[in-house]
Amino acid sequence: MIEIENVRKSFGSLEVLKGIDLTVPRGEVLTVIGGSGSGKSTLLTCINGLEPINAGRILVDGTEVHAKTTNLNRLRQKIGIVFQQWNAFPHLTVKENVMLAPRKVLRQSKAEAEEMAVRQLTHVGLGDKLDVYPGRLSGGQQQRMAIARALAMTPDYMLFDEVTSALDPQLVGEVLDTLRLLASEGMTMICVTHEMKFAREVSDRVAFFHKGVMAEIAPPADLFDNPKDPELQRFLAATH
Amino acid sequence: MFDTALTANDFIFLAKGAGMTIFVTAISVFFGTILGIVFGVIRYQLGPFWSAPLMFVLDIFRSIPLLIQLVLTYAFLGTVLRLGMSGLTVACIVLTLYTSAYCAEIVRGGIEAVPLTLRRAARSLGMTWAQDMRSIVLPLATRVALPSWIGLALGVMKDSALVYVVQVTELLKSTQILITRLQEPLLLLMICGAFYFVISFPVARFGGYLEKRWSND
Repeated sequence: MIEIENVRKSFGSLEVLKGIDLTVPRGEVLTVIGGSGSGKSTLLTCINGLEPINAGRILVDGTEVHAKTTNLNRLRQKIGIVFQQWNAFPHLTVKENVMLAPRKVLRQSKAEAEEMAVRQLTHVGLGDKLDVYPGRLSGGQQQRMAIARALAMTPDYMLFDEVTSALDPQLVGEVLDTLRLLASEGMTMICVTHEMKFAREVSDRVAFFHKGVMAEIAPPADLFDNPKDPELQRFLAATH
Repeated sequence: MFDTALTANDFIFLAKGAGMTIFVTAISVFFGTILGIVFGVIRYQLGPFWSAPLMFVLDIFRSIPLLIQLVLTYAFLGTVLRLGMSGLTVACIVLTLYTSAYCAEIVRGGIEAVPLTLRRAARSLGMTWAQDMRSIVLPLATRVALPSWIGLALGVMKDSALVYVVQVTELLKSTQILITRLQEPLLLLMICGAFYFVISFPVARFGGYLEKRWSND
């Protein structure tokens, strides 16, 4: 379970999160929507401790992420994150990209890591690209590789930060299909996205962020068809 | 035209000088690179402000002509500290620091060329700073830094000709000794140049080979 309690976060004098309270139980698929600069991506990077927070606390399975005593490297093994930019390691083949962290962090044997890598890459539909360098892949394929790379650490939670925003329109579908697959398998997911149709389809709940505040959170049918917050009404009107 | 007083022994004498050049260069480039990596990482981690004292010292090594550094260090260690170091030791120390000063900047540039987003991705997979440095930054920075580093290594090899001022007889000094004796400057300088070329060429080719091998991405 991810518990976010009154989290505040500033970059300099700009407050990007103004007291967020949110609990994500295991097995839930939560999507976060909102305009750019609403703080939704920042929240994800705070959850796995890539960014410090200024107030409040975040608990992952009861472990406080930003406590000084927390071993962040160990905690991050539980929380996979995939970014807008897929960040393939260009000097490693697709398979090696996926094997790297299990080998180094989990100290798996080469055979173990390789088996896991092949399994995860096949899972995301890249079973035929194992020994290719990422530079030869399309953006959508690289993004799916990044997802497989995160999954190879067998995380309990997956965070997706606008994973389709940097892709050509015709490549968005294949990545969303991968996310749908994960959701159907019961993975706990927080997806920051601009894909409203996807959000409506896969989410258990949808949260709307506006100017650092979580303005509304509800199951997709309620949130999309019966928005209460005036900013959300405006946002939905603009994106439809 | 090809009448020459050059004997096989003279040629061996030149080869020994070349050996000395290779030896001094190898020692300096090896230790200078290790030190340079350490300095470069420190420079990168501390940022421009906190690393300013270190960079100031390295700037001294980069901006004072090597000849002056050699003479002053030799005089300082020998007459002031009375350490009784050989000229060869002094030459290796000075050239090592000289190399490290240039190498530090090459290393820093290489590290900076690795996109932060890649490093963030590595850390988000649970990798530690050291694992990120070792598995992501080192290989990628090496690709960026290699051409400059090859240039530095070849430059140091040629600069090592200056160590004659601390009584080390390397390739160029050997040549000068023979020129004084045989009075055949053009031929001897040509031979000397050929020696330098034979030493440099494989290094440059090896660099080219590595670059080609790494261009998979």
